[in-house]
Amino acid sequence: MAPPSHRRLGFSRRAQYGLFLGYVIAVAGVLCGIALIIMARFDPKGFTILRGAVLEITAPVADAGRAGVRSVRSANDAVYAYFRAGSQNAALTAELKTARAKLIQARAIARENARLKQLLRIADAPPAPIAVTRIIGSTGSNSQRLATLAAGSASGVHSGQPVRGAEGLIGRVTGVGLNFSYVLLITDSSSTTPIVLARSGIAALATGTGDGALELKTLIAGATPFRRGDLIVTSGAGGIYPPNIPVGVVISTGRDTAIARPLADPSRLDFAMVQPIWHVPAVKLSKPVPQPRTP
Amino acid sequence: MNAIRTPDEAIVALPARAWIVPVASTVAGSAVTALLPYVALSPSLPPFGLLMLLGWRLLRPELWRVWVALPLGLADDLLTGRPPGSAMTLWTLLFLMLDMVDSRFLWRDHWQDWLLAAVSIAFAIAGGWAIAAFQGGGGTIWVVMPQIVMTIFCFPLAERLCAALDRWRLR
Repeated sequence: MAPPSHRRLGFSRRAQYGLFLGYVIAVAGVLCGIALIIMARFDPKGFTILRGAVLEITAPVADAGRAGVRSVRSANDAVYAYFRAGSQNAALTAELKTARAKLIQARAIARENARLKQLLRIADAPPAPIAVTRIIGSTGSNSQRLATLAAGSASGVHSGQPVRGAEGLIGRVTGVGLNFSYVLLITDSSSTTPIVLARSGIAALATGTGDGALELKTLIAGATPFRRGDLIVTSGAGGIYPPNIPVGVVISTGRDTAIARPLADPSRLDFAMVQPIWHVPAVKLSKPVPQPRTP
Repeated sequence: MNAIRTPDEAIVALPARAWIVPVASTVAGSAVTALLPYVALSPSLPPFGLLMLLGWRLLRPELWRVWVALPLGLADDLLTGRPPGSAMTLWTLLFLMLDMVDSRFLWRDHWQDWLLAAVSIAFAIAGGWAIAAFQGGGGTIWVVMPQIVMTIFCFPLAERLCAALDRWRLR
C-alpha cells in the first residue's frame, strides 16, 4: 500500500488556507532574502551591528574551548622536544654560534641606519598597536575566510584596521562587536594586498586563493620575477597596511604568477595585534626640490 | 504540528518538547562551527545546520511548514558569519523544491532520501558560494567541492541523529 500523502489535509477549508498562507509567506521571505543579499552587495557594512551582537554570544564559548586546544598542542610539542633533545642541542649550539656573529653585524647596521635616518630627518616611530589580543575561532563551514578576535569596539577596534601576528600579516578587521570582531584573512579571495619582493623590491599584488595560499601577480607583464623561497613584505602602497610587514614565502612559480604560503598561521590560534590604518605620508609641496643644474 | 492523531482517531496535543527539539537541534547545528575554537583556512567543515535541517525535513515531511526555513536560515546566517539573507533564501527555496518533489513521488526509501539530500546539499553550498562570489569573495568553485562531497557523506549520520532525537522527543 502506498503511504498516505503528508500534504493532503482532508476537506478542512481552514487547514488548506493555512497551507496556502505558508507558501505565500515562504515566497515573500525568499524575495526579502534576495533583497538583503543585494543590499549587502552595495552596503557591506549595513549589518555590522546585528552580526556583532550575535558574535558577542558565540565568541565567549569558542574562547573557553581554545585553552583546551592550546594545552593539547603545547603538550604535543613538549613530548616531541624531549625525544629529540640530543640532536636538537647540537643543532641549536651550532645555530647560536652563527647567530651571535650575525647579531653583532646587525647591531652595527642598526646604528648606521639610525644615523642615516637622522641625516635625512625621517621620523619613523612604528605606530602603537590599538589592541593586542587573541584569535579565538573562525567560521569553518563558510566560503569566506573569517577569523574571530577577542577585541572589539570597546578597545578601539574599527572596521578596516590591519591585523598582524608575530610572524606576519593576518588580515584586516571587517566586522566589529563590542568585545569581539571579525578579521578577513589575507588568504580570502576578496582580499588583495600590495606587496614587494624583499630580495629585489619589485612591487606586486597578493590575492587570496580561498584555500590558505596567496596568488602573486606582478604589475608589469613579462618574465616572472618570483623565485621559490622569496620573502614578500607589504609595500604600504595605497594605505591600510603599513609597509614592511612580512606576508609570505613563495612556494611555486608559474608563467607570470606565483603561489605563496602566508607566514602567519592563524590556525595556531595565537596572539594578534590590531594596528591603526596606515596613511601614506603626503609629499610636502611647499618647498620645491632643488633641481640639479646642467651647465 | 502541535497535535497528532492516534490510531483510535483521537487528537492528542504534543508537549512543547516535540516542536522545540527539531528547531533547537538545527540552530545548535548552525552554531557548532562558530563555537569551535579552530581557525579554518578553507571551507573544511560541513554545514551542520543544513545537515540537521535536511535530516528533519526528510525524516518528517509533515513536521514543518515551508516558512520555518526563513527564521532557521536567518539564525544560520548570523551564527556562521555569512551576510544575512543567503541561507534564508537558499533554505526556503530548498523547502519549496522538496515540497514539489513530495507531491510527485509516491514511494520513498533511504537511498532516494540520500539522493534528494545530495542534490539539496550541492544546491545549498554552491548557492552559498555564488552569493559570496556576487558580494566579492569566495574564490573558485573548486574550493567548495570537497566540502560538498564531505557533507553528502555526513548526511546519513545527521539523519541517524535526527531519528534518535525524534524518538526521544515523542516519548
